[in-house]
Amino acid sequence: MGKNLLEKVWEAHTVRRLPTGQTQLFIGLHLVHEVTSPQAFEALRQRGWKVRYPGRTFATVDHIVPTDTRKRPFADSLAEEMMAAIETNCREFGIALFDLSDDRQGIVHVVGPELGLTQPGMTIACGDSHTSTHGAFGAIALGIGTSQVRDVLATQCLALDPLKVRRIRLGGRLGPGCFAKDAILTIIRELGVKGGVGYAYEYAGELIEALSMEERMTICNMSIEGGARVGYINPDETALEYIRGRPFAPPAEAWDDAARWWLSMASDPDASYDDEVEIDGSRIEPVVTWGIHPGQSVPVGERIPRPDDLPPEDGASARAALEFMGFRPGQRLVGTRIDVAFIGSCTNGRLSDLREAAAVARGRRTAPHVKALVVPGSRRVAAAAEAEGLDEVFREAGFEWRDAGCSMCLAMNPDKLTDRQVCASSSNRNFKGRQGHPTGRTLLMSPAMVAAAAVAGEVVDVRDLIDGGRRSG
Amino acid sequence: MSGETTRKPGPEDLRRARVEGRGIALRGDDIDTDRIIPARFLRCVTFEGLGEHVFEDDRKSFPGGLHPFDRPELQRAEILVVSRNFGCGSSREHAPQSLWRWGIRALVGVSFAEIFFGNCAALGVPCVTLAEEEVARLQDAVEKDPALRVIVDVEHRSVMYGERSAPAGLPDGVRQAFLTGTWDSAALLMDRPEEIDAVAARLPYVSLWTSGAAPADEGE
Repeated sequence: MGKNLLEKVWEAHTVRRLPTGQTQLFIGLHLVHEVTSPQAFEALRQRGWKVRYPGRTFATVDHIVPTDTRKRPFADSLAEEMMAAIETNCREFGIALFDLSDDRQGIVHVVGPELGLTQPGMTIACGDSHTSTHGAFGAIALGIGTSQVRDVLATQCLALDPLKVRRIRLGGRLGPGCFAKDAILTIIRELGVKGGVGYAYEYAGELIEALSMEERMTICNMSIEGGARVGYINPDETALEYIRGRPFAPPAEAWDDAARWWLSMASDPDASYDDEVEIDGSRIEPVVTWGIHPGQSVPVGERIPRPDDLPPEDGASARAALEFMGFRPGQRLVGTRIDVAFIGSCTNGRLSDLREAAAVARGRRTAPHVKALVVPGSRRVAAAAEAEGLDEVFREAGFEWRDAGCSMCLAMNPDKLTDRQVCASSSNRNFKGRQGHPTGRTLLMSPAMVAAAAVAGEVVDVRDLIDGGRRSG
Repeated sequence: MSGETTRKPGPEDLRRARVEGRGIALRGDDIDTDRIIPARFLRCVTFEGLGEHVFEDDRKSFPGGLHPFDRPELQRAEILVVSRNFGCGSSREHAPQSLWRWGIRALVGVSFAEIFFGNCAALGVPCVTLAEEEVARLQDAVEKDPALRVIVDVEHRSVMYGERSAPAGLPDGVRQAFLTGTWDSAALLMDRPEEIDAVAARLPYVSLWTSGAAPADEGE
């Protein structure tokens, strides 16, 4: 009987079985940002510990950074204090920091892959739930809390309970105007926001294999929104080609060994799984959320479900969600007026996302009442987009072109909704208050759909704007 | 509104065989960590002061009166009784920290999000599960009688109150960590440094093609 990737990676990184029965797992790459790390460094300081493998931890700043100015000190004194803390901590503990003056700065889950730090077969940890992003390379990537950040700094290890593996096979191909974001939102709607608790999700099948690495990252990124702490895709030639030539890629003389080992970590054809699910990818359509968790979504042309028609356990939360959002049961989302359009985040802030959005924005204008932001996922993404002239496309269309950071995905920086604003957002969470105001409302969708909504001033089907407005499929 | 508990998580005796206290019910599925502690309160370099902001936005807009965390008779309650998928979303440890600093010492619910569950365990706060009808019964009971004593028995995996005892779910590893007082995993993980280095040395990517192969005491 063969093994799946999770079993192989787990085995290769197991230090020992702890007296509690948990596994002590070695972590190959640790990524750090300014929000969940200061208390961990302070714990080390208090206990007189040092960082055991300082060369295996990389830090950047993303959550709190303003995207309209990089001037220090920040206007927000609390943000400035956090920035000063990570600078001091990294200096004191000998950790590489890609700070605001570094052209490698950006969202931690964009930076790791684009620098070649993220590689197949690794264990990766970061104090952020979207660490699952790195699973796109066939790594086992875990979002952790601050106590565990402390553990990884001090020991390069985590104490973990075993995970089960669910293989999700997506057959078919995505139609025009449909993207990886639509695929993962569909998966979450079908399997539920807690369907993945206790599982790692292995995404497989024809549709997944045809995706680029950036699209695969979008899929794995939102695993946690389906309850799965870990999501991964088996490494293949697409992954290898992405890594080749990046700053932290293996040197030429080690490349063949690396490539062989990476591919050997992929799930065996006869591997077993704790659960298997099949989804027909060819019926995936552009998706928009209508509620307050990412599972509450519909294909853009369909009506919001009536809570009475849902399974009883989903009815109550659907009712609460509709009340908060101000939607009626059975209402259509198309035509919903938006106030803000946000393109960015670790889910959809990469170059291909900006290209898809720019393709919609090109030659059009945002609606006069819409505030539209494009926030590149990293400075490298920004530079690549600017080299292609995407910044000009967006600016000419009325979008603001900002500096790299998490921005309005969680609104810890000055980019926030106000009052009851409705935001068409390419981010990952539509929780109450998520975008910076307790009554602000979020509609999750693909970057192309956000650009289309920004232009129309309301939710539209992006397929009506591409291909000369002809509906395909 | 209660003042923040000034102690740090983890009193002297680290064993958590059972947690006893008054209950506080918070109904609703999928209560995420952004609701438990909104992101603006994450702009901090310590966890101090988070207790007073727990559920801040929900408390200001609670339909039909006072949010349970604002009800005078529920101040100093220690056992939080929630519904399904509590703590979903972000990995922010600020969420369990804010609950702990408000005074919560154990949670009972139908189900918990995984990272939240682990973050609670790392603070010595057990999250145990009960069948859905048992959770509803317990929520009813603590709402009816705020003085009711609720016992979360980690050792025997049960939740007891009044005359009732309901079987509770808790994974083996975490249960063992609570019973032996080893939920603060750092000490445990530091125990065998040579075994950590041995695993690092045998991982091809550590030794062959990524930097940072040397542990600090050798590399510096």
